[in-house]
Amino acid sequence: MNQRTIVYAVLGLALIALPFVYRDPYPLHIIILILIWSFAYTSWSMMGRFGLVSLGHGGFMGIGAYVTALMWNHLGVTPWIGIPIALICAGALAVVVAYPCFRFRITGHYFVLVTLALSGIVLQVITATRDFTGGSLGYTPERTKGNHIVALQFDDKTTWYLIALGVWAAGIVIWHLVDRSMARYALEAISEDEDAAAAAGVNVTFEKLRITVISALMTALAGALYCQYQMFISPDTVSGIAVSLQMVFAVVVGGIYVALGPTVGAVITIALAEGLRIGFGTKAVGWDNLVYGVLLVLFIIFLPKGILGSLLDRFSARR
Amino acid sequence: MLVVEGLVKRFGGFTAVGNVSFKVDQGEILGLIGPNGSGKSTIFNMLSGTFPPTAGSIAFEGREISGLAPHRIINRGIGRTFQIPRPFRRLSIFENVALAGFYGQGGHSRARADQAAEQALGMVGLPTDRAARVDGLGAAGLKKLELAKALATGPKLLLADESLGGLDETEMDQAADMLRKIRDELGITIIWVEHIMGVLMRVVDRVMVLDHGEKISEGLPSAVSNDPRVIEVYLGTDADATQAAAAEKRR
Repeated sequence: MNQRTIVYAVLGLALIALPFVYRDPYPLHIIILILIWSFAYTSWSMMGRFGLVSLGHGGFMGIGAYVTALMWNHLGVTPWIGIPIALICAGALAVVVAYPCFRFRITGHYFVLVTLALSGIVLQVITATRDFTGGSLGYTPERTKGNHIVALQFDDKTTWYLIALGVWAAGIVIWHLVDRSMARYALEAISEDEDAAAAAGVNVTFEKLRITVISALMTALAGALYCQYQMFISPDTVSGIAVSLQMVFAVVVGGIYVALGPTVGAVITIALAEGLRIGFGTKAVGWDNLVYGVLLVLFIIFLPKGILGSLLDRFSARR
Repeated sequence: MLVVEGLVKRFGGFTAVGNVSFKVDQGEILGLIGPNGSGKSTIFNMLSGTFPPTAGSIAFEGREISGLAPHRIINRGIGRTFQIPRPFRRLSIFENVALAGFYGQGGHSRARADQAAEQALGMVGLPTDRAARVDGLGAAGLKKLELAKALATGPKLLLADESLGGLDETEMDQAADMLRKIRDELGITIIWVEHIMGVLMRVVDRVMVLDHGEKISEGLPSAVSNDPRVIEVYLGTDADATQAAAAEKRR
């Protein structure tokens, strides 16, 4: 074992041990939220780092959350089956929207606009079908009277912490797998010049579609997880344009090209939201979005690699 | 090896290529020349699948390939370079070529892709150092990289859109020798597109001349350069331009 593996092992064990040592529910709650959102942001960055900027990920997240909850409440289907179904729905939607875009070369700003519409449409559908989904008032999965594991509902924060930690870690692993694969080279090439990538033998449409579907599936899982943990979802918190923008913001601030960038972004966005909530209470409702907007502009101009990306650059330059 | 019949490409009302037929034999270097806008690049783009022909057929090794997606055509064994080099600047030189080696040969083995990259880089004379960046390359280096990428895909037929503009005379000669070496050592058949006649004539086995999307002459280099039609539409104007440019330089 080299030094690096040991450091990772120690950090991993420390993360797993945390809830058994430290049991204050509020900080744990915040950490769980950070882990779930980190996973969502990582999912977004899977394609975002290759210039495939999607503002439709709120839609995928909403599908993950709402399909799981609706299946449970209306049909009594356990989330263990409901979540895979939700993922299939999100994946199918990703293919339906992205395939024509990629096939007919809708790229750059136009792709962003198409995905923006996707967010809007999912939000509208949730609001319009309020008899089933509760509309803009939000939706609550019914509390189980039976087995907690079947219902994927747990009252203690420790269990949730471990689930969120596992999923977050899986997200980081997937990020690394893609990063080391040949597909990464192909996607980098595609992001620069699609014709030249095709001339190198890359199936441009397929490569783009594959990363988009992976990203959409992961995002939908984040939505389902958020729903099961919070036991309350509303169009504003898991779907729609605001959530999509929040993903972009967090990833850009944290660092779009590094594995832990989205995680750093999640720490910052959630700390910001909680800080404003505690500091200013209801007077500050919506302020976080305002701050996001201003910071996003500043970061794109002055620190395009994000906080973590720039720090790592500086660190490796010094060595 | 390659049989093209009645190839037509129209963009709206404009006919870029009108009814062009030609053949390429195994192991030869065919020069494809013509002034700017004569349809050379359009023919290349159809051969490589960038866009489908309006009409006509393209048979490669006896199988129809017109209308196939670019990556499928490359997997069949037709590689191409672009007139203006299009490197991937976010990848290293080696990664650029390894990418082509991987996907160009069906995307199975990474070890084989690395090997193909090393061979291709060695062939064109670029460093096989894994970390070398694209930004360090000049115009000649970028052309070599372009060629290495095409070679790494393991082509049987190479479409070289070489347009040697931007290179000095020594570099042009080197580039021409390179193509001959590729044919001689790797047995790759080549179609070489160019709009300057000089260097090309020294290397190619056969020449086809295009003007306004139509084939106006075809044959041995010596015969073609004496064809009055070629001299009229092509050499005449271009020779004047070359002389003017040379006079400009002397001043």
